[in-house]
Amino acid sequence: MEPLLAVVAGILFAIAAYLLTRRSIVKMVIGLVVLGNAANLTLFTMGGLTRGASAIIPYPETAPVGDYANPLPQALVLTAIVIGFGMLAFALVLAYRSWQELDTLDPDGMRVAEPIATEEDK
Amino acid sequence: MLSADILLVLPLLIPVFSASIAVLFYKSNVAQRWTGVVGAIALCIAGILLFMEVRESGILVTYLGNWPAPFGITLVADHLAATMLVLTGILTLAVAVYSLGAVGEREEHFGYYPLTHVMVMGVCGSFLTGDLFNLFVWFEVMLIASFVLLVLGGRKIQLDGAFKYVLMNVVASTILLAGVSILYGITGSLNMADIAHRIHDIGEPGLVTVIAILFIIAFGMKAALFPLFFWLPASYHVPNIAVSAIFAGLLTKVGAYVMIRVFTLIFTEDIAWTHEIILWLSVLTMFIGVLGAVSQFEWRKILSIHIISQIGYMTLGLALYTPMALAGAVLYVAHNIIIKANLFLAAGIGHHLMGSYELKKLGGLYKYFPIFAAFNLLSAFSLAGVPPLWGFWAKFTVIFSAFQAERWIPAAFAIFVGLLTLYSMMKIWMYAFWKKHPEGDVPEHIQKKKVPLTMMIPVAALTLMTIAIGLFAEPVIEIAMTAAEELLEPERYIHAVLEAAP
Amino acid sequence: MMRSLILQTFTRLLVTLMLLFSLFLLWRGHNLPGGGFIGALVASAAFALHAIAFGVASARSILRYDPRTLMAWGMIFAGAAGLFGLAAGKPYMTGLWLEIHIGESLLKLGTPLIFDIGVFLTVIGMVVAVIFSLEEEEF
Repeated sequence: MEPLLAVVAGILFAIAAYLLTRRSIVKMVIGLVVLGNAANLTLFTMGGLTRGASAIIPYPETAPVGDYANPLPQALVLTAIVIGFGMLAFALVLAYRSWQELDTLDPDGMRVAEPIATEEDK
Repeated sequence: MLSADILLVLPLLIPVFSASIAVLFYKSNVAQRWTGVVGAIALCIAGILLFMEVRESGILVTYLGNWPAPFGITLVADHLAATMLVLTGILTLAVAVYSLGAVGEREEHFGYYPLTHVMVMGVCGSFLTGDLFNLFVWFEVMLIASFVLLVLGGRKIQLDGAFKYVLMNVVASTILLAGVSILYGITGSLNMADIAHRIHDIGEPGLVTVIAILFIIAFGMKAALFPLFFWLPASYHVPNIAVSAIFAGLLTKVGAYVMIRVFTLIFTEDIAWTHEIILWLSVLTMFIGVLGAVSQFEWRKILSIHIISQIGYMTLGLALYTPMALAGAVLYVAHNIIIKANLFLAAGIGHHLMGSYELKKLGGLYKYFPIFAAFNLLSAFSLAGVPPLWGFWAKFTVIFSAFQAERWIPAAFAIFVGLLTLYSMMKIWMYAFWKKHPEGDVPEHIQKKKVPLTMMIPVAALTLMTIAIGLFAEPVIEIAMTAAEELLEPERYIHAVLEAAP
Repeated sequence: MMRSLILQTFTRLLVTLMLLFSLFLLWRGHNLPGGGFIGALVASAAFALHAIAFGVASARSILRYDPRTLMAWGMIFAGAAGLFGLAAGKPYMTGLWLEIHIGESLLKLGTPLIFDIGVFLTVIGMVVAVIFSLEEEEF
């Protein structure tokens, strides 16, 4: 199972790299989503996979019984997902506002902060 | 004296509480301002107390939630981290006072003060944490606050700059996360001391080096190393000048700091390979950065591109990996936190007086504002490394250790870049201060202006600090040497974290 | 906002139910699935539903406090929850438990609950602030 997920994570990284080089900020934001999920999947796979055993301790016990999944990567991935979600929300609003204000989705057209030098400047 | 448990959480708690209280006062800008200043003073004091305790009793550790070391989150303060915290406190205070005059009501209304404190909390957390995943979380805290600070005001230029900043930084964080997860996969731990303890016994030097490269990329993007720095010149000049100053002082330095931390503690297996890469990246960073600065004619852009060039010196010190070089790197990071922010603050005063950052539209500042001009000149000299200022000692230590290590080319580049730095600082001086105003004499309404005290005091205080440290450099160099020795003996850090665990 | 009688009638019932359920999730969160974060999302969903059915102004009035105030108090609660550990001479965030015996049953109150309440308030404040400002925006 791990090798399969590792390959999937690799494919996701490749997709993300492709999307991040597109000339549209919307596609770049989608690239960020895919990239975040690729990293989360890597983290999850790296913690080792256990089939069909949750990390919940049944009621009267105080320690896990039998097989149980590694809870740490789950907690980490949950944290990373929440953070990634916040970042994504911000990036989307920013892309939307940029489109409203700058009237373009093409990053090459976004030259307000770094204007191309004119003859006068030289 | 307060116990280590208290001292180590204070730099995180104070910003949380100041941010929360500032949010509670969202209706009153005045109350928010004073919360900002009082919170910064408290942070400053907390940093100094922590530093004194570290000086006295060595590396301090606390185990959050009383969970023993490799399992829970640990906070660790050694000399390097404590120094950084003191400087963060001082800088936050300076910027908080400066903001009283420089930040508009609209920005205040949309949460300038709470956001700065949240960002400072992220910075302090990154300095203190002893856990890699926790480091990622602090990075994100810092980033999300810096994103909002960057677009505060919502002008076109800010949206443009912010998009590039957001994109590159999110990518960097994700690469960091991937690196951390692979490291977790092979060592089974996230605690930095525990990883450092185990990593040499794993017998996977190749894989460890691959992870090291992932970390170079991730932290290199944060710290703006060549060739990953392009987000910085696109974004640092767009927000309010007080925001630019605190970004310039703290954010990239956090990248440099974690790089020093990780590449002295964890990735020490294959120094000939990883540190050699960092070495040449540093040389290129220094050189390309200063060339970018020389070609600019906008005050803030010159300063922000200079940050890149300065980062090169810090990582050069790390890459040389001798006690002296690391001490130089520490001195350089410390010096840059203060002086870079100060130069931005001074640029803000220039803008306040003249209404522009374009050097060609400026002129004559020296004639009518000689005191301000003197402070700016001294700071600029310190950045360029003119003796006897603080910057000289930082630059001298790095270059001297490059010679000691018989690294002639990096040393030559470091000297040459120092000259170019001086040249571009002189350009600001010539254009903004010395030459005549483009309209002949400085217009009368500008002549009559006064520099507001809230803006002038921070600039003056930070400049005097560089002069004082330059003249009485010995104790500071001694602290940097101690920090470097600690860094070069990771056993001390590992021992402090793992052995003392409850 | 839509004027739908069916939605409004059911919203009245659902909002109460969802808020109670969110408190239930918050309460059981330490040892069982649940917790402040997930509880807060359910509560924010309730306010969002009310905002869709009755409008943002009405939702703001049933929330009573400004979302920013909730956020700030949440952060203060979460930060202060760890101080109990410090006061007891242990590291920050150390969980301390108060055991109350009521007849046969045992009630365990702990500092993690205060932390969870802090998370609960912060997340409600954050999510509700975002939802309200999006709802209020004119397209």
